[in-house]
Amino acid sequence: MDVILFLVFSAIAVACALNLVVQRHPISSAISLVGVMASLAILYLLLGGEFIAMAQMIVYAGAIMVLFVFTIMLLNAGAEKRGVKRPWAVYLGIPLLTGLLGIISFLVQGQVQGSPPVILGGFTGGAAGDVGRALFTRYVLPFEVVSVLVLIAILGAMVLARKEIE
Amino acid sequence: MPPLPVSQIPLNWYLILSATLFLIGVAGFIYRRNIITIFMCIELMLNAVNLSFVALSYQWKQVDGHIFSFFVMVVAAAEAAVGLAIILTVFKNRQTLEVDEISSLRN
Repeated sequence: MDVILFLVFSAIAVACALNLVVQRHPISSAISLVGVMASLAILYLLLGGEFIAMAQMIVYAGAIMVLFVFTIMLLNAGAEKRGVKRPWAVYLGIPLLTGLLGIISFLVQGQVQGSPPVILGGFTGGAAGDVGRALFTRYVLPFEVVSVLVLIAILGAMVLARKEIE
Repeated sequence: MPPLPVSQIPLNWYLILSATLFLIGVAGFIYRRNIITIFMCIELMLNAVNLSFVALSYQWKQVDGHIFSFFVMVVAAAEAAVGLAIILTVFKNRQTLEVDEISSLRN
């Protein structure tokens, strides 16, 4: 069961990611990115990260993507112009990236030996209670710092996007 | 129903999937010229890193990886808010979203 889920949703994630890169219109890319994020949420569930899966759906696939789609609609962004300005980048870059992927896969296969096979329910410490307990005991300082960061980001976004007052 | 190629998924496959998504994001970051699409490729790379955090958290049976990916999500949300505000300002001043035409910092 989890083998089928992994194969299906990893295929969807890779296909949506490729579609994101290939599409010319930003809206198509945004919809593809929602597909990637939703299938990654399923993979988090398989890995036992229930809280992270829900946060992924709500924060990433919900809030951040709404922000993106809102901006695309607001700016009325059209399709990208046709024609590749740097053809050598395509001919050189894709083999290089594929080679890099091969090297990374080889290293991962060599380094992460004896790792347990992933079965659904193999790790149950990722529920909201466990994450919250870790977040408010061991990681309480990073939590507070990141709240200051979010406050600064809100102020910065307001300052950047405001209208100049005459 | 045909038999599946494997009976269980090794953890390595999750890491390789994460690397694949990351490199697709890198490719999009390099090839695309629309600034919003480039920004979405950055989000794709952050998601790929989150996947490997959660996968390694499974391997060590500890919740720390989940905490890290939670923080990555928070920072990504802040980054999206500020970045999209910057894009709005750039568009207001330049009326374009092509990164090749926004080159006043070059040279």
